[in-house]
Amino acid sequence: MPPETEAGATHPDIGDIRIQDVVSIKEQTAFEKIISSQPFWVTVALLLIISLMSYLQPQAFASEENFYNITRNFAYIGIMSVGMVCVIITGGIDLSVGSTMGLVGVACGVVLQAGLHWALAIAAGLFAGLVVGAINGVLIAYAGLSPFVVTLGMLSFARSFAIVLSGNKMLYNFGPYKPGFRAFGGGEFLGMSNMVWALIILVVVVGVILKFTTWGRHIYAIGGNEQAARLTGVPVNAVKMQAYMVTGATAAIAGIMVVGWQGSAINALGTGYELKVIASTVIGGANLMGGEGGTYGAFIGAALLEVIRNSLLMQGIDSNWQGAFVGVFIVLAVLLEKIRGRKRA
Amino acid sequence: MPVLSLRKISKNFGAIRALTEIDLELEPGEVLGLMGDNGAGKSTLVKIVAGNFPPTTGELILQEKPVHFHKPAEARQKGIEIVYQDLALCDNLTATANVFLSREVYRRIWPLKFLQSKAMSDRAGELFGELKSETRPHDVVRRMSGGQRQAVAITRTMLSEAKIVLMDEPTAAISVRQVAEVLELIRRLKNRGIAIVLISHRMPDVFAVADRVAVLRRGRKVAEKPVSQSSPEEVTGLITGAIHAA
Repeated sequence: MPPETEAGATHPDIGDIRIQDVVSIKEQTAFEKIISSQPFWVTVALLLIISLMSYLQPQAFASEENFYNITRNFAYIGIMSVGMVCVIITGGIDLSVGSTMGLVGVACGVVLQAGLHWALAIAAGLFAGLVVGAINGVLIAYAGLSPFVVTLGMLSFARSFAIVLSGNKMLYNFGPYKPGFRAFGGGEFLGMSNMVWALIILVVVVGVILKFTTWGRHIYAIGGNEQAARLTGVPVNAVKMQAYMVTGATAAIAGIMVVGWQGSAINALGTGYELKVIASTVIGGANLMGGEGGTYGAFIGAALLEVIRNSLLMQGIDSNWQGAFVGVFIVLAVLLEKIRGRKRA
Repeated sequence: MPVLSLRKISKNFGAIRALTEIDLELEPGEVLGLMGDNGAGKSTLVKIVAGNFPPTTGELILQEKPVHFHKPAEARQKGIEIVYQDLALCDNLTATANVFLSREVYRRIWPLKFLQSKAMSDRAGELFGELKSETRPHDVVRRMSGGQRQAVAITRTMLSEAKIVLMDEPTAAISVRQVAEVLELIRRLKNRGIAIVLISHRMPDVFAVADRVAVLRRGRKVAEKPVSQSSPEEVTGLITGAIHAA
């Protein structure tokens, strides 16, 4: 017998060390888990800002009307963030959501201008979003191209396609089915815009899917260790492709609703939104390296950005400062994640 | 009756001959140490058994029936499990989630498959108990020691009724104390009647747990004998080529 294992087997300390080992890693309680999660602290920050603003501007800020506006303004960003978070958890990214939204809007507009039924317009919009997602997904999951490059290409392609499709004109002659189409995005229910309800439903449904189904488990596994997921038999390519299609679908929902709300489709719709969407997910605790994130985080991140924007406006601060605040919050969020990561290791 | 027999297995990659006519038998409850230098063909042989690719010529016989694997899932279905060198664990998931990865217990509510978390963590807890490992089902793998991570990877092989477990360098990257832990895990698997192929560079580990040792050199089997009739010196000689055959 070799000396190493002999020593190991007879060494009296081994048992003790093991026990200490176990004691030093305590099991986290549910409360500790919540306390150590980023969405919790972002929620706290959001509540603080709301309290402060309600104190400073009780009439203007804490009004029913302002609540309606704020929630509606971040709803469509939030809807796309819910889709984006699925892709980010897999370790990918989708830079094309803004352009997809533009293309979807134009697709809806073209169908309505042709005098067709609003249901067809919605179907066309969803189809456009899913096709964009599927193309992204095939190129990333099956052809193995980098998500950043593929979706950057799609950002350019989808926008260009939207401009061509619209004839570079604003589409607003929506024909006989205009009211039906507008009811979706422009309508309201129990004092909140339909877009906000769509966001809430998506946060819950996608959140449940991510946390409680095998598909969600596989999304997290791919982000944690794609190679390991593949080796253990997770259908990695299919799941990744589906994640990009979910993002495409959420961009489509956002596009359909915003066009309905505004009553017109312009091909520039959604320009630059990809950055707002990614910022929302990151502020809400999604890790761009993959493996971490959630739909509640995406929701609260989007809410925080809009509340900051609204607050700056109300305080009469030059609106050109908005970007600076957003930038600070993004970096703060990542910094917070870094500090938490160090504590964990 | 051997659980697995390899008959004249050869593997060519283009003009390169990775394996030449390997014969090998594995009995239930036996630990076979598979040794050899880098490039000797150990990984190729293991990948053939695990179903990553088929042999160019030769036969794999599992419990007296010839088998042909085209992908790892097929080999796994027949009771051949593999513990990869890097363990193939997802750091961001819990022990239970890793053990059940791609074999989740679920209830189908169309179109979704809902995880049965309680059933899975109970089962994982049972299996950790059988291995006498201090690994808790709900702990995240990121926070675990090297030995605990090995336990998670090994527990994965116990989910189904595995007959053969292939272990690729399980003791390569962990501390001395954790090595003792892992060797103990291997003994427990062996006591359950599972045949184990242990690929390792570490001579002391192989001699501590293996019943037999097989040595590959440049794609050929140069020795196969009980550990009791060999010595680390002899095996070293066989690996390097200082001794031609034994």
